[in-house]
Amino acid sequence: MPGVKTDLPDGLVAIVKRDCPTCTLVAPVLAQLRTAYPGTVTIFSQDDPDFPEVTGGAIDDRDLEVSFSLDLDTVPTLIRVEDGTEVARTVGWSRDHWTEFTGIDELGLDLPPYRPGCGSRTQDPAVAAARATAIGDRALQSRRLDLGEEEDDAEAMYERGWSDGLPLVPPTPARVVAMLAGTTRNPQDIVATIPPDLVECTVEKVAINAVMAGCRPEYLPVVLAAIEAACTDEFNMHGLLATTWFSGPVVIVNGPIAKAIGMNNGINALGPGNRANATIGRALQLVVRNVGGGRPGDVDRATLGQPGKYTCCFAEHEDAYWEPMHVERGYEASQNTVTLFAGEGVRGVVDQLSRTPESLTRSFAACLRATAHPKLPIAFDAMVIITPDHLRVYEEAGWSKAKFREELGALLQIPGAEMARGADGIDEGVPESLAGVTLPKFRDGGLLIAHAGGGAGLFSGIMGGWASGKMGSEPVTREVGS
Amino acid sequence: MTTLLDPTSERAPGTRERAPRPSSLDGKTIGLLDITKARGDVFLDRVAEHLERRGHTVLRFAKPTFTKPAPIDLRHEISAKCDVVIEALAD
Repeated sequence: MPGVKTDLPDGLVAIVKRDCPTCTLVAPVLAQLRTAYPGTVTIFSQDDPDFPEVTGGAIDDRDLEVSFSLDLDTVPTLIRVEDGTEVARTVGWSRDHWTEFTGIDELGLDLPPYRPGCGSRTQDPAVAAARATAIGDRALQSRRLDLGEEEDDAEAMYERGWSDGLPLVPPTPARVVAMLAGTTRNPQDIVATIPPDLVECTVEKVAINAVMAGCRPEYLPVVLAAIEAACTDEFNMHGLLATTWFSGPVVIVNGPIAKAIGMNNGINALGPGNRANATIGRALQLVVRNVGGGRPGDVDRATLGQPGKYTCCFAEHEDAYWEPMHVERGYEASQNTVTLFAGEGVRGVVDQLSRTPESLTRSFAACLRATAHPKLPIAFDAMVIITPDHLRVYEEAGWSKAKFREELGALLQIPGAEMARGADGIDEGVPESLAGVTLPKFRDGGLLIAHAGGGAGLFSGIMGGWASGKMGSEPVTREVGS
Repeated sequence: MTTLLDPTSERAPGTRERAPRPSSLDGKTIGLLDITKARGDVFLDRVAEHLERRGHTVLRFAKPTFTKPAPIDLRHEISAKCDVVIEALAD
């Protein structure tokens, strides 16, 4: 661009390509310029250094290094360089412009007065993409592992212990560069310190694991936010990993981004079939596994575990009667957030007969009481995932989400005598000293309410939690960045 | 050739390390694996003779064919029964 310092020699510089009729047209003019200004006319060819034959060929710019450095749109482009600085440029062929530009009057007299130029090869989308990959590739800092000629890439990743048991997408430099285009963050920014090895994790390492998990680049900001939320003291990813209990990180996505990246909040929202749901949760788990070093049987001591530890991520319905989770937790509806919950597997709540909120809430209370154990209060959190058919009962009766919470909380005040050790012939329970007091099933803040699912079904879901609050894990919400 | 970016913390080496070498053969069970190339058995018979004379326990194994890698069962059997393996490669 004019005014920009350049490494090009002083004088006139022309950039052409053989595959351009206008460049072919101006070839004799370039020869004329060479004669008029010996030694100060430099010609570059984007596709064939033998072209133009009338000037004895050109400098080879098939790698487009010079063309990209000049930010070309069009060939031919004629540039004047003075004292190492570009001072002027003209594109295409215009006898008037070229005459004025070069100061030679009788230039290309046998040519038509004007011909537009052709697209510079730097504008070819495939070339531009390859260029972006090459530049991005040079910035990557992770160790490169060259597989052997006979090595199968899928097997190689299993052998190196990178997999959760399912196949992985090979994290080639080109795929990782493409993934990093999903964020504006610098690849070397630190996202979080990942347990259990307490390793500082860069955006680049997250991108590598996101590629392996099967993410698309547009999911990356959600993955980054999920990792940030998981690796807070409050959420306590280290303890959640190490626990003998079933739970793992559950990611609930709110805000316009959920729809924008194609997440599922409807039929089978917690099940398979949606790439974003499946791979965002998996990317988080792979980061803990590969960057943090947290592996099942090693620091992950789960007695049984559960399939949600491969991945568990879903979006909420947000156009519904009740306000979505992120609004309830203090964010604007227009903000994109992730909320992390330490959840076990989902279990069903059947109630096909209740048509009043009073009755349905009692069903929820009865089922929620069994979280972890009917005789253990306060110690475990839970999440209710209410479906559209059940939410309709509350909408028709005009019950707000807050009203539901209040009524449910009242039903979950449990007499200590029912939960004391030995009561009901069960040794498990609270100390007998608490037999005389009433205790809540859930601590304040220990019950999340989400809204998802679709199609028919007078069922909802309950996801039990893990050791609650400061003792274990607090649900954490974080805004999704760019 | 495929190049992959390492998804880990890079605290472990990128290439697999060899199993530690024993400092002595005393008390070790030594497996001799014949890949069934011609006269490999002659070489291994002689090696076995020397080892047994020194009081070592020697077990003999052979691949079904030198043209293919050892079957997985054979590799498991060798790793379960032996501490050290000597393999007769080449002709």
